[in-house]
Amino acid sequence: MIFSVAVEIRPLEGIANPEGLTIERALPALGFSGVREVRVGKLLRFELEAADEHHARHEVEQMCEHLLANPVIERADIRLEAIGATK
Amino acid sequence: MTHETTVGVLCFPGSNCEHDVVAALEGLGAPARIVWHSDSDLSGFGGLVVPGGFAHGDYLRPGAIARFSPAMDALRDFAERGGPVLGICNGFQVLTEAGLLPGALMRNAGMRFICTTVECEVASSSSVLTAAVPAGTVLRLPVNHYEGNYTCSAGDLAELEQNGQVVLRYRDNPNGSTGDIAGIANRTGNVVGLMPHPERASSALLGSADGLPLLQSFVDAIARGGGASQASRVAS
Repeated sequence: MIFSVAVEIRPLEGIANPEGLTIERALPALGFSGVREVRVGKLLRFELEAADEHHARHEVEQMCEHLLANPVIERADIRLEAIGATK
Repeated sequence: MTHETTVGVLCFPGSNCEHDVVAALEGLGAPARIVWHSDSDLSGFGGLVVPGGFAHGDYLRPGAIARFSPAMDALRDFAERGGPVLGICNGFQVLTEAGLLPGALMRNAGMRFICTTVECEVASSSSVLTAAVPAGTVLRLPVNHYEGNYTCSAGDLAELEQNGQVVLRYRDNPNGSTGDIAGIANRTGNVVGLMPHPERASSALLGSADGLPLLQSFVDAIARGGGASQASRVAS
């Protein structure tokens, strides 16, 4: 199976997020006054070939653990979608 | 422990302080040589430095890719045997990503790239970088970074403080670092990472020579044939 994968890397709860704070302070200057709790992370998209969804998820979890996210400051949320059969 | 005295200065694609480190060490009479990151044999060195710069373009996160270089496996073995290891700026980021030092370095509070000279206070002499510098000594050192905002878990912070592993603190915190931390050591004191650049404070002509006592400590540790057991473990 081929999967479309989206990995959302988010700052851990309780970890300061200077990017989010800066955006949160900038928005009111443009008239957007109701914005709170801005957090900036990363979104990685890729395609992955795997036997099934279970294997695909396991492999992406390993990628996150070893490279994609830093567990000291980040968490990773994984979304998978089957988009076709392996040719 | 090896009795080699030459310092190996690791160079990744994107490193840019390796020559400065070599020049500063040679100024202290310590032989130093640049090593390419793909070299997996670091057996000829008595000390290792991971210099500043932007290893692998800082892609994904600073240090995230660099830690998989063959030289880093050899560096890890060297560190585990008690060999003196120093990570400066990007090198500090690489050492935290590699898990050789606790915590992580985030974007600076205020989202500004900082390039200035700051005052730092030596907080502990229990490391290969500070063994010869009394706690309380104030040093003027250049900083030059966007991701120098040190953070770690509350548990790690308590452990760092309790064991005297915080070796350098900012007097006027420029980047939001937890506990004003500018540099830390591992438990055994032989691996040290710091954001300021001691090699750029190696001559009064450059504005400060305050980096020299730190680098001299490192060179002395190498001359003694290691860091862990010989570095003073008296927390201050």
